[in-house]
Amino acid sequence: MYGNDFPGEDAPGGLLGEVEAAEAALRAAAERGRAAAEPGSDLAAYFAEVVDADQKIEPRDWMPEAYRRTLIRQIAQHAHSEIIGMQPEGNWISRAPSLKRKAILLAKVQDEAGHGLYLYAAAETLGVSRDELVDLLLDGRQKYSSIFNYPTLSWADVGAIGWLVDGAAIVNQVPLCRCSYGPYARAMIRVCKEESFHQRQGYEILHTLAHGTAAQKAMAQDSVDRWWYPSLAMFGPPDGDSTHSAQSMAWKIKRFSNDELRQRFVDMCVGQAEALGLRLPDPELRWNDERQAYDFTQPDYDELMRVIKGNGPCNRQRMEHRRRAHSEGAWVREAAAAYAAKRAVKEKEKVAA
Amino acid sequence: MSELFPFTLALGDDALIAAQRLAEWSTRAPEMEEDIALSNIALDQLGAARLLLSYAGELEGAGRDEDALAYLRDDREFRNCLLVELPNGDFAVTMAKLLVLSAYQVPLYTALAGCPDERLAAIGGKARKESAYHLDHAALWVRRLGDGTEESHRRMQAGIDQVWAYADELFAARPDAPVDPATLRSEFDDTVTAVLAEATLTLPEVGWTPAGGRDGVHTEHLSYLLAEMQVVHRAHPGARW
Repeated sequence: MYGNDFPGEDAPGGLLGEVEAAEAALRAAAERGRAAAEPGSDLAAYFAEVVDADQKIEPRDWMPEAYRRTLIRQIAQHAHSEIIGMQPEGNWISRAPSLKRKAILLAKVQDEAGHGLYLYAAAETLGVSRDELVDLLLDGRQKYSSIFNYPTLSWADVGAIGWLVDGAAIVNQVPLCRCSYGPYARAMIRVCKEESFHQRQGYEILHTLAHGTAAQKAMAQDSVDRWWYPSLAMFGPPDGDSTHSAQSMAWKIKRFSNDELRQRFVDMCVGQAEALGLRLPDPELRWNDERQAYDFTQPDYDELMRVIKGNGPCNRQRMEHRRRAHSEGAWVREAAAAYAAKRAVKEKEKVAA
Repeated sequence: MSELFPFTLALGDDALIAAQRLAEWSTRAPEMEEDIALSNIALDQLGAARLLLSYAGELEGAGRDEDALAYLRDDREFRNCLLVELPNGDFAVTMAKLLVLSAYQVPLYTALAGCPDERLAAIGGKARKESAYHLDHAALWVRRLGDGTEESHRRMQAGIDQVWAYADELFAARPDAPVDPATLRSEFDDTVTAVLAEATLTLPEVGWTPAGGRDGVHTEHLSYLLAEMQVVHRAHPGARW
């Protein structure tokens, strides 16, 4: 339904192939099976063996408390990002400039709600409830991706979010399809497949604008100019300053460093920007033959820290919007619970009679 | 034939404006599952609107496609019923609106599926299944809210009271149309009465019957809705999107 009606190459590159390979590896690991932990055996050693063998840790398995906490934090933040991330794009549903674009955008924002739901469900396998996690978000005690604290100022921003923000998200998430925790890996396979459609629709929007009127092209360029560096910052602080990375790599939650993923993203975008006919706003961007990769200007990490701490352009607005939806919906949720309770009593009476 | 174009246009406008209002709930629904459900219903209405408006454009034969009809008409040229343009209000008002709309669209699309015009019959055949789901969804919430808590009962009754008067316009006679809406009224009344009874709600006494949408005389709300919907499209005349 996202349409393949535009010329040009497959925007996501080979990443969808990597998702499929991860899915095949997951199946193969399940077929190999693994010996159950012997009663009375060393649980920590068994956990390490499973992770080393690229088998999946499942909810019933023993796991180090810090591994569980790290996963809860990461999966919850990912779920929160999907839910908060609906807002910047949702901002353009009512004004989408054609009925076809309106339908695609509405479906995309709806997919994000769906991703949020499966990620909360994956987190629940670790012994925490969705309600608790939602409260942590609403109280500001858990974060979401800082990219969503930037405003969507034009229709082209819907395209740039699809191309750059979803593109960066896919580069980040494809390795998570091989994460050592089974429910997260499986959720990520499903999410990545849908995200690649999202990225494609963003690319298609920008392609249409870049080949449209002068005003449309200017709108597209302005949007790429504003979203490029915040998208680079999505990979997190540079490796030297990243606090959680080493342990997560050892546990095979994370497979590549922030800087490796950022480089992979830049290398992927350069050719796509050329195909779009849009300029990436970095005068230092050039191919480095020695490294076989592009040299590029790093994003402003001080700005990233300010946004993470709550002082980006839209942090207050995004949280206020989510809190309002939650509090204005309270009476509806209470009514649904009261109605269900009444029905349960009636059912019981029917059975008794 | 002369009645076919305005009839198809009116149905397309109903679906389009309903979709625009329902989509306003995206990111704002009382729970995440409901956010998804309301977006689904909005997408169904939008899908029906696109089929109907595309066909209306062909019937008119003036070279207008779905986007020309959606984006380049002013409020006085829209033919939707007033019900769909009313603001969403709280969740109870939205469910009252959806109950009335879907209890009308189910028999309408069902009858359309059997009409002699092949295109309309095909659209009716597809849309009636979707409308049946919309009706189930609205009925479920009207029962939950009506028979939920004291507050939800009060709000749900207020929602019904607020929108009920707008139901009349839906059934104004159109004897020359492929389906005469007047013939759908009794099925509609039976459906709504049964849902409200289960929901412990009552139908209000209605002292007025607002209408005019089918003649392009709308409430004050429609012009704002269109201003927002059309702003980008109109700012770039002739552009492709």
